[in-house]
Amino acid sequence: MSSLEFENLNVWFGDGPDRVDAVTGATFDVESGTSFGLVGESGSGKSTILRALVGLARNWSGRMTVGGLELRGYKRPRAFYRDVQMVFQDPYASLHPRQTVDAVLGETLKLHGFSDIDRRIKTLLDDVGLGPEFRFRYPHQISGGQRQRVAIARALAPEPSVLLLDEPTSALDVSVQAEVLNLLVDLRKERSLTYLMVSHDLAVVGHMCERVAVMQDGEIVELLGVAEMRAMEVKHPYTRHLLEASVGYNPREA
Amino acid sequence: MSLLDVENLCVTFPTRRGEFQAVRGVSFTLGQERLGIVGESGSGKSMTGRAILRLIRPPGRVEADHMRLEGRELLQMSEKEMQGVRGQKISMVMQDPKFSLNPVMKIGEQIIEIYRFHTGAGRKAAWAKAVEMLEAVSIRDQERVMRAYPHEMSGGMGQRIMIAMMLVTEPKILIADEPTSALDVSVQTQVLQIMDRLVRERGMGLIFISHDLNLVASFCDRVLIMYAGRIVETCEADKLHEAQHPYTRGLLNSLPRLDEPSERLDVLTRDPAWMEETSVSGRV
Ligand SMILES: Nc1ncnc2c1ncn2[C@@H]1O[C@H](COP(=O)(O)OP(=O)(O)OP(=O)(O)O)[C@@H](O)[C@H]1O
Ligand SMILES: Nc1ncnc2c1ncn2[C@@H]1O[C@H](COP(=O)(O)OP(=O)(O)OP(=O)(O)O)[C@@H](O)[C@H]1O
Ligand SMILES: [Mg+2]
Ligand SMILES: [Mg+2]
Repeated sequence: MSSLEFENLNVWFGDGPDRVDAVTGATFDVESGTSFGLVGESGSGKSTILRALVGLARNWSGRMTVGGLELRGYKRPRAFYRDVQMVFQDPYASLHPRQTVDAVLGETLKLHGFSDIDRRIKTLLDDVGLGPEFRFRYPHQISGGQRQRVAIARALAPEPSVLLLDEPTSALDVSVQAEVLNLLVDLRKERSLTYLMVSHDLAVVGHMCERVAVMQDGEIVELLGVAEMRAMEVKHPYTRHLLEASVGYNPREA
Repeated sequence: MSLLDVENLCVTFPTRRGEFQAVRGVSFTLGQERLGIVGESGSGKSMTGRAILRLIRPPGRVEADHMRLEGRELLQMSEKEMQGVRGQKISMVMQDPKFSLNPVMKIGEQIIEIYRFHTGAGRKAAWAKAVEMLEAVSIRDQERVMRAYPHEMSGGMGQRIMIAMMLVTEPKILIADEPTSALDVSVQTQVLQIMDRLVRERGMGLIFISHDLNLVASFCDRVLIMYAGRIVETCEADKLHEAQHPYTRGLLNSLPRLDEPSERLDVLTRDPAWMEETSVSGRV
């Protein structure tokens, strides 16, 4: 029901000398109930693909479908916003500075027509491993990782079937990352969710995803399965470079 | 003499349920080295960094037996003197890059302003310097980026712009809070090389806050491991994988591994006794 298709997707910003072709000719499918990873260079267009899908990048051409439904322009049907939720790369920008955690979650729940708000807020906080003491805090009163957990709780609130995850754990410490990844794996199993996730951490993508697209400068340079990635059976030199560099800092490399 | 000498640092916030101590008596020194701070979310890493620059918003408070920058007591400086320290002597790359950039000002203008404020250079020289710094952090189309606004940048570009901005004044100490968390490995390597060079060639002191244990182990000289506002363990960075404290072991074991797939990742089980342990000293 919630498969995703991208066919020859182009996305651009601006015009004239400052035109940026952020994504060019991206083609890939995400089967319903699976996880797909987007990895690659900073600035290569990963976030832009997610943003185009939800209607936040207006200039695009090609074909995008969600659950077989073809998307047009940048307006999305009402049901889309419930079914497809996004966790943004930047947890700071995505939480309103004057809203408490309670207000963020409460409003989202109300917006999507839920009634047992109080109980749901408690469950959501618990799901993402935040104690009740965080419920009435403002974003500046919690740490970076705690903010990202609030962002994930908000995305889970309307019970979506597709989650677009933009670096969902890059602001988290490794233990919370493990908790959040386990949570995402469990949720996917329980609710047969579909994930499209961006991460620069290949070990995270390897843990979560069945298939991966490697991007460089707006283009998908390689599509591969996770088994091939683990076995280093890769074709494109950039993919190999990413894999080799993923072990830690080596001063002689760049 | 070390660049920075911090003794018994505490950061306290009044909350509805009484006082909350985000940092509880932390002591360490920083020389011309790469000092890593790791630890779980909420353990007080960012608050430690911000406290050094006295950037804790009231009613939060910073207390310490002393906190000296090259022998000068930071706690006794006037707000005006602190402004001369921030950016000039000690720079901090904040964990939230876009949040710390001015959203309504072009990126080029922001870098130029900082550079001119600290050096008094002319506009033309400042523009050239800004382009050079962007190039140094591997931003490809520097001229476009100079004319762009922060929201037009990708996550990793925002992070690199912040780094460029903080390094343009050539500070004595750089506090980098999760500076590379949004960067792909190859850009990350380039950014780390810049910091590495500043430490080795110009004798900068670097405080590198990160939750990426492999990165800290391979990049830093020493590591402080924080839990609940205290230092539970310190070690040479390249010995991090042999760390003894069960908390550190727990952090190490919760990493996913490309070479060893597993269904579920280990998560930390916290022992209440860890809360009561006294802070280990990070002085050398
Ligand atoms: N609103 C915008 N206006 C102009 N250019 C934009 C805008 N958003 C993104 N871009 C440009 O599009 C390109 C791709 O950006 P995108 O955010 O998709 O990169 P990314 O792959 O997610 O990188 P990162 O890993 O650093 O987050 C970049 O060159 C960026 O500057
Ligand atoms: N204004 C505030 N009032 C109350 N508590 C606060 C305030 N600001 C921060 N805290 C708390 O102080 C603790 C330490 O926060 P800090 O930002 O230093 O964590 P951190 O180690 O940097 O974590 P992360 O890895 O998630 O960024 C956290 O538990 C946070 O919730
Ligand atoms: Mg991005
Ligand atoms: Mg922090």
